[in-house]
Amino acid sequence: MELLLVILIGVLYATGIFMLLRRSMVKLLIGLILLGNGANLLIFLLGRITKGAPPVIDSAAKFFTDVYADPIPQALILTAIVISFGLQAFAIVLLKRVYVLINSDDLDDLNTPEEEDI
Amino acid sequence: MLIAVLAGLFVSVLLIPLGRLFKGRLAVLISLLPTSLFAYFASFIPTIANGEAISFHYPWVPSLGVDFHFRLDGLSLLFSLLITGIGSLVFLYASSYLKGHRYLDRFYAYLSLFMASMLGLVLADNVLLLFIFWELTSISSFFLIGFNNEDANSRKSSLTALAVTGGGGFLLMAGLILMGHLSGTYAIQEMLNASSFLKAHPWYPAILALIFAGAFTKSAQFPFHFWLPGAMKAPTPISAYLHSATMVKAGVYLLARLYPILGGTEYWTYPLIVVGGITMFYGAFHSIFRTDLKSILAYSTISALGILVFLIGIGTEQALLAAAVFILVHALYKASLFLTTGVLDHETGTREITQLGGLRKVLLPLAIAGLLAALSSAGLPFTFGFIGKDQIYEATLHTEGIMPIVLTSLAVITNILLLYAGLLVGLKPFAGKLPERYQAVHLPHWLMWTPPLLLALMGIAFGAFPALIDASLLNPAATAMINETFDSPLKLWHGFNLVLLLSGITLALGALLYLMRKPSSKSMASIERFNYLAPQYIFGKLARAVRRFAARYTRTLHNGFLRVYLFRIIMFAVLLLGFRLFTGGPIQWIPAHLSPISVYEVAVLGILIAAIFLTVNTSSRLTAVVATSVIGYCICLLFVFYSAPDLAMTQFTIDTLTVVLFVLVLFRLPPFLNLANRRDRIRDWLLASSFGAIIALITIQAMNQPFDDAVSKFYGENAYVLAKGKNVVNVILVDFRGIDTMFEVVVLSIAAIGVVSLLKLKLKASEKE
Repeated sequence: MELLLVILIGVLYATGIFMLLRRSMVKLLIGLILLGNGANLLIFLLGRITKGAPPVIDSAAKFFTDVYADPIPQALILTAIVISFGLQAFAIVLLKRVYVLINSDDLDDLNTPEEEDI
Repeated sequence: MLIAVLAGLFVSVLLIPLGRLFKGRLAVLISLLPTSLFAYFASFIPTIANGEAISFHYPWVPSLGVDFHFRLDGLSLLFSLLITGIGSLVFLYASSYLKGHRYLDRFYAYLSLFMASMLGLVLADNVLLLFIFWELTSISSFFLIGFNNEDANSRKSSLTALAVTGGGGFLLMAGLILMGHLSGTYAIQEMLNASSFLKAHPWYPAILALIFAGAFTKSAQFPFHFWLPGAMKAPTPISAYLHSATMVKAGVYLLARLYPILGGTEYWTYPLIVVGGITMFYGAFHSIFRTDLKSILAYSTISALGILVFLIGIGTEQALLAAAVFILVHALYKASLFLTTGVLDHETGTREITQLGGLRKVLLPLAIAGLLAALSSAGLPFTFGFIGKDQIYEATLHTEGIMPIVLTSLAVITNILLLYAGLLVGLKPFAGKLPERYQAVHLPHWLMWTPPLLLALMGIAFGAFPALIDASLLNPAATAMINETFDSPLKLWHGFNLVLLLSGITLALGALLYLMRKPSSKSMASIERFNYLAPQYIFGKLARAVRRFAARYTRTLHNGFLRVYLFRIIMFAVLLLGFRLFTGGPIQWIPAHLSPISVYEVAVLGILIAAIFLTVNTSSRLTAVVATSVIGYCICLLFVFYSAPDLAMTQFTIDTLTVVLFVLVLFRLPPFLNLANRRDRIRDWLLASSFGAIIALITIQAMNQPFDDAVSKFYGENAYVLAKGKNVVNVILVDFRGIDTMFEVVVLSIAAIGVVSLLKLKLKASEKE
C-alpha cells in the first residue's frame, strides 16, 4: 500500500507543478491545491500509516495500551488544511476581483508596461 | 579629544532642527566650531614639539579590535591644524560667499560632518577606525560636491567621485583587514612592532596593492585622477577645502602614516615613484591647456598630489621632510588661490582666464593675495614655496644610481609647468588692462577677501622665517613618518649649490613660459582630440557597459513572467536534489515496510488518479473544480482508512467550503483557453514529472530511515495525565501547541478580513483603469 501512496504523492506533485506553470490564474490556484494535498499526504505517510487505531485514548484507560497512529503528523496536517483554506479563499476572491477589473484570466495581462523601460 | 573629533558630528546633527536659525547673519557663528578646534589643537604644539605623543583610548567594540583609539603626534597635528585652520577660513568665507543661499544650513551641516570625519581620519590610531572615518569623508564629500543638486553635471560629478573613492575604499578595507589579521592587532602603534614580519610575509605585495588602490583613488593619482576636475562643480569654498588641505590629502596621509610599518622596500618605492611621477607630470601638463581657473587649479592639485606620493615613495629622510613641508606649502597657496578664484567668480561671473584682466585696479587686496600665493607656488626666494621646492630637489638629488638625473629632471619640468599654472591663476586676472565691463566691480565683504590674503601672507611669513614652524611643526611631522627622532632645521639660504641653480632654472623657464604663452581656448581644443585615450573616457565606457549588462541580466532573469520564475526555481531544485540523490549512495526503489492492499483502497486510489487527470485535462472550469473536490474527498477517505478521523472531518468540511466558494465566485468565468503550444506543454510535463518522481524517490528514502517516535510517545503518554484530554491530536493542537493554534486563528482572521474587504471593495470608475 505504501508504494501506491508514494506514487500518488508523486502524481499529485507533478500535476500540481504542471498546473502552476500555466498562464491561467484559475489553473494556478488548482495547482496550488493539488500541491498542498500532495504535501499533506507526504507528511501523513512519513508518520507511518496504521489501520484502525486512531490516536484517541480508550475511555477507561489513562494512556495507550495498544498501538496507535502517530498523532503528530495529524496535528500538523490539520493545521495545514485550515491555513491552506485561508489562502484558497483569499486567492479565489482576489481572482474574481482581478477578473472584474481586467476581464481576463491570463497572468500575462497583469504585467505592467513599465518593465520595458530599462 | 573624543569630543573634539565628534563635535563636528554633533553640530551637523544639531543643524537639522536648528538650521533655520543659522540661515541668515548667524551663519558666521558656526565658524566658532573650527576656530575653537584650531585653538584646541594649537595648544598641543609645545608638547608635540618636545617629541611626545598624546594618546586617548575609549573602548568601543574591543572584541572586534575596533576602539576609539586616538593619537596625536607630529603628523596628525600638522593635518589637524590644516583641517581646522583652513576650515575656519572656509567657514567664514562661505558665510559671505553663499549668503542667502537656500540651503546654507545644509551646507554647514555637510561641511561640519566632513571636517569631523577628516579629523577622525588623521587622529585615529586604529586602522578600522581610520577606515570608518575614511568612508565618512567619501560620503560627506559626495554631498558637498553635489551641493548644487539642481545641476545634472554636478550630480554626475559627485557620483563619479563617490564611485571612484568608494571603490578604492573597498579595496583599502581589504588591505587593512589583511594587515590587521596578519599582525594580530588593529592598533597602528602595535603594528609598528610587526613591521618586519609584515614586510617578509608572502602577502605583503597584496597588502600594498590594496592599500595603494585606496590611497591612489582618494588622492586622485593617475589613472584615477579624473574625479577631481569633475569635483570642481562644487561651490568654490568646498573646492578650496577639499582640494587644498583635506579630502585629497587623505591618501597621502595614509601613505605617510603607514610608511613606518610598510614602507622602504622595493615594493613600496617603485610603484609610488612611478605613479606619483606620472601623476605629477600629467597633472601639470594638463593644467597649462585649461582656460577655466578652477580647472587649472584642479590639474595643478593633481600634480601636487603626485609630487607628494612621489616623495613618500622615495622615502629618504629628506624626501619625507620635503613631503611634510610641501603639504603645508601647497595647502597654503592652493587654498589661497581657490578662495581668490571664488571671489573673481562671485564678482565678475566668469572663471575664463581669457576674459579676465586688470582687476588689480578694483580688487587690490585680492590681487595682493593672488600675487603672493602665485609667488609662493612659483617658489620665489623668501616665500615658503621656495623652501618647499628646495626640499624636493634635495630629495631627488640624494637618491641612488641613475635616479637623481631622471627624478630631478622630472621634478624640474613639473615645477616649471606648475609655476606657469600658478601665475596664470594668481597673476593673470589682475595684470594688464581692465576691460570696460568690469569697471563696476567692487570689493566684496571683508570676510571674502581676508581669508585668501591671510593664507598668502602666511606663505610669505613662513618662507622668510622658517624657524617659526620647522622645529614646532614640520620636524615632528617628519619624525612621525620616519619613526625616529629627526631634527633638521629648514634654511632659507643653503649657499650657492646645485639646488639653487635648479631653482633658478625653474624660475627663469617658468617665467619665460608665462610671458611667451597666451592661454586660449584653441589649445584646449587641441588636446581634447586625445580624449578617447583618457582614463575617464575608458572608465565611462566601462560604467555604461556594466549598466547595460545589469539591465540585460535583469531583463533575462527578472522578466515578469511568474511561470518562468517557477520553471527555473523548480528546475534548479530538481537538478540539485537529483544530483544529491544519485551521488548519495544506493537508491532504494521500494519501501522497506509494506502493508497489505485491500480492494476498496485500490478503488479509491483509482478514482483519485482519474480525478487528477480530469482536473488537468478538462477545458471546463466547472469540471476542473468538481474534479478537484473529488480529489479532496478521496484523500478524506484515505484519512478515514488510516486512523485519522479528525483529519477526515476537517478535510471534508474545508473541501466542501472551497468548492462552494469556487463555484459561487467563479462560475461565470469563460472556459479555459489553451494558451500554451504543444512544445511548451511537453517541456512543462517533463519538468513536472521529473519533480514528482524525485519527490516520490525521496519519500521512499525517508521512509526507509529508522523511525524515531520519542515525541509521539511523549504526547501519547501525557495527553491525559497532563492535559486531561483523550483525543491526542486535539490535545496537541489546543493545549501543548496552543499558542501556535492561536496564531493560526489570527492568520485565518486576517484572511477573512481580506476576503470581506475584497468583496465589499467598490472601485471608482477612474481607478478601474
